[in-house]
Amino acid sequence: MTALHELSLREAAARVRRRETSSVELVRAALARIAAVEPAVGAFLTVTEAEALAAAEAIDRRVAAGEDPGPLGGVPVGIKDMICTAGIRTTAGSRILERFVPSYDATVTARLKRAGAVVVGKLNCDEFAMGSSTENSALGTTRNPWDGSRVPGGSSGGSGAAVAAGECHAALGTDTGGSVRLPAAFCGVVGLKPTYGRVSRYGVIAYASSLDQVGPLARDVADAALVLEAIAGHDAADSTASPRPVPSYSAVLEQGVRGLRLGLPREYFVEGMQPEVEAGVRAAVRELERLGAVVEPVSLPHTEYAIATYYLIATAEASSNLARYDGIRYGLRIPADSLGAMYETSRAAGFGTEVKRRIMLGTYALSAGYYDAYYLKAQQVRTLIRRDFEQAFQHCEALVTPVAPTTAFRLGEKVADPLTMYLSDIFTISVNLAGLPGLVVPCGFDTAGLPIGLQVIGRPFDEETVLRLGAAYERATEWHRRRPGI
Amino acid sequence: MSTMETVIGLEVHAELLTSSKIFCRCSAAFGGPPNTNVCPVCLGMPGVLPVLNRRVVEFAIRAGLATHCAIAPSSRFARKNYFYPDLPKGYQISMYEAPICTGGWLDVLLDGGTKRIGLTRIHMEEDTGKNIHDAHGDASLVDFNRSGVPLLEIVSEPDMRTIAEAGAYLRMLRSILMYLEICDGNMEEGSFRCDANVSVRPVGQAAFGTKVEIKNMNSFRAVEKAITFEIARQTDALATGERIVQETRLWDADREETRSMRKKEYADDYRYFPEPDLLPLVVEPAWVTEVRSALPELPSARRDRFIQDHGLSPYDADVLTLRKDVADYFEAGVAAGAAPKEMANWVMTELLRIVREEKLDRALVIQEWPLTAAQLARLACLVQAGTINRNTAKSLIPRLRGTSRTPDELVAAEGLAQVSDRGAIERAVADVVARHPAQAAEFRAGKDRVVGFLVGQVMKATGGKANPQLVQELLRAALAG
Repeated sequence: MTALHELSLREAAARVRRRETSSVELVRAALARIAAVEPAVGAFLTVTEAEALAAAEAIDRRVAAGEDPGPLGGVPVGIKDMICTAGIRTTAGSRILERFVPSYDATVTARLKRAGAVVVGKLNCDEFAMGSSTENSALGTTRNPWDGSRVPGGSSGGSGAAVAAGECHAALGTDTGGSVRLPAAFCGVVGLKPTYGRVSRYGVIAYASSLDQVGPLARDVADAALVLEAIAGHDAADSTASPRPVPSYSAVLEQGVRGLRLGLPREYFVEGMQPEVEAGVRAAVRELERLGAVVEPVSLPHTEYAIATYYLIATAEASSNLARYDGIRYGLRIPADSLGAMYETSRAAGFGTEVKRRIMLGTYALSAGYYDAYYLKAQQVRTLIRRDFEQAFQHCEALVTPVAPTTAFRLGEKVADPLTMYLSDIFTISVNLAGLPGLVVPCGFDTAGLPIGLQVIGRPFDEETVLRLGAAYERATEWHRRRPGI
Repeated sequence: MSTMETVIGLEVHAELLTSSKIFCRCSAAFGGPPNTNVCPVCLGMPGVLPVLNRRVVEFAIRAGLATHCAIAPSSRFARKNYFYPDLPKGYQISMYEAPICTGGWLDVLLDGGTKRIGLTRIHMEEDTGKNIHDAHGDASLVDFNRSGVPLLEIVSEPDMRTIAEAGAYLRMLRSILMYLEICDGNMEEGSFRCDANVSVRPVGQAAFGTKVEIKNMNSFRAVEKAITFEIARQTDALATGERIVQETRLWDADREETRSMRKKEYADDYRYFPEPDLLPLVVEPAWVTEVRSALPELPSARRDRFIQDHGLSPYDADVLTLRKDVADYFEAGVAAGAAPKEMANWVMTELLRIVREEKLDRALVIQEWPLTAAQLARLACLVQAGTINRNTAKSLIPRLRGTSRTPDELVAAEGLAQVSDRGAIERAVADVVARHPAQAAEFRAGKDRVVGFLVGQVMKATGGKANPQLVQELLRAALAG
């Protein structure tokens, strides 16, 4: 019999609804699992045991009263610490917010709760979501459940690791340049970055406002679809959240891929890729063909400029977004003799190296005399990158690509070399620049036993097609069923 | 040395009278205990996002249309980045490259006629909080009630050449905003703030001189004095061969001088960039049409109408139309039956004096007129009909204040009606002449001025109620006889 903490989100919710298992039992199982594996994984920054048990009891009472507890009713989930949770500290993985307790829920937090989910804790991440390995967290180290010497990916490394290690049934991450998809790939779980505007950003600590998007990490595509249904949709508190109606993603998962035209971008198979990653992805593509999809090569000619473009736009927005952490109203304050000195000492002590590097880079890109050459030029290139995708999508309904050039690398391996670290996002970053949905599903393992991910990129607001494709692939393969032996 | 010419451009920040703030639902009301009208959005908490208040856009369109600006079909908010404790996000959401209104003008009335002053742009932005120093020992505190209150920034072209032009522009602009009911125009409370860009150049020179920006002027007088000071300072400096430095200077109202705030050695770099949290603002033509059709009659149009319909002089019409509430009051009086010129005189000489002296005009509308328009109109009518004389009418104003009594009731109840009975006045005149033989003699010897004294004596004898014209006439007849 499957242990409670290993159940899919759907199955767990169904059992609560059918009163076969109580929410309290699910939460206790998750808490026990957390207690057992956290010393080795380190996914959580905060475990909200008391709050979770109280919420579970409330769900159980509703079920007992004959009420519908909601589609995620009673199921333990985790939330990346970039996402505000009322009354529960929200740190962004930073010293500067180490003791920050928001008075408000992010819209996605409120919607998860409304759907009946029970939040068991807050998950580690790179500081302000800036990183690809979660090593930039100032508050803890998260290890890959498949191999404790490896990184979980980033920046939503806590979310990927917790879902893979069975500490919660699903988690929310945020994705600015690949931060949901890379940890999903490295940890062997499903991760979805929705279209920009599909999910509200209200209450999500901003890194780069025009790129940030919240997405689910889950153990299979159907679970990810269920979480997306719960969090997506218009929000009066976020002007950039689309008013388009949210379709039933769960309803399209069985439709199959026969006749679906898939593009294989030639720029995504590059020199220096880990051969097993390329082999795994190509095998997955053949599997999709076998299932009836039609695969053809496409070109995204401006791909090579994506990383440079991203590191100008994202850092420019970050330099402004992080200005509010000034020690005045909340967060870390280091007293000093003057106002200027107080800003400097507080921010110097509160921010880590990578955050400072990006603030400086972004400040420079926006400075008088450099704006046109850097920020404005980057916006123009962003338009070209978006057009590449528009053109590719004239011939096909989705693109299939690798997620990263390698599987999970070793802790400490790339810390000293930020540029190499930045290359981890080479296949994910364009998707954010173009605002598209991108799904990651497990598609194999390398010889070291580390998961390989497949990325499916869709047209704007066409999450249905990427989820449908991912679900069809899952039905034909067993990769997503493997669990780390932790 | 050649004659110098002054070039002035003005930047006005007008706080808008919306009920809520520009990017959140907090009240935009002035005052209130510190940090009571605040929420996570206007406190700049982590993760929060702005949502534009549609009413602010409507107000900006109103201001733009009233000043003949083009309303951009698509405009964009931008972030102005700088650190300051009263700026909770570390940036102010403003507009930069794509403002909502551009290229307008307004006509101002001057002694020599009217002059057209160009408007460069009008844009929307959020106000900051307020730092409070010295009240709590060493600590400075911040009140964020004002954080996120909507502002319009209205930038003129450098079209003004004299202090009179600058003053007339400011008064007209304020008048327009108040007519539009989008700003209360209160300079002391900071809801209508003005910065001035001032430079001087030799007459005939096409290029502008180096400009200096003056801030911290919180009254019309301060603006005029600061510009006066600055013109003299710059003219003197140039006369001695000094170079004017481009800088911001603060007006010190106590010492009546401008002082350098910061040299622009390292110019402020606000690192503007488009606000990614807000979509481009699209204003449909239908919306502009709707706002245009709801615009009230504006001061210049009303002034022209007062001259035309009520036969007022341009000066009187200008004074009466500068404020909408004053113009409304005047017209209510005319509607109640007062002759326009009489009503105009009473409003301008008596009522506005009281309003000024007692500072009754702090809010957008004069909350508390000393008399209702109907009461004042009735007073004017009684004087014009000869029922009471002007002095009696004036003395009635304080007694009518705050009551619902009509002037007619008071006049009847206290027997204040003017005495126009020839016989009675003749008797009083004869008596006065008899009791003041010396003055009578002086008059007869050609000292006409002394008649005033004698009239006064007659008025006194009749309890102030005698018709002054009749007294004069009969007194002269008696003295001549």
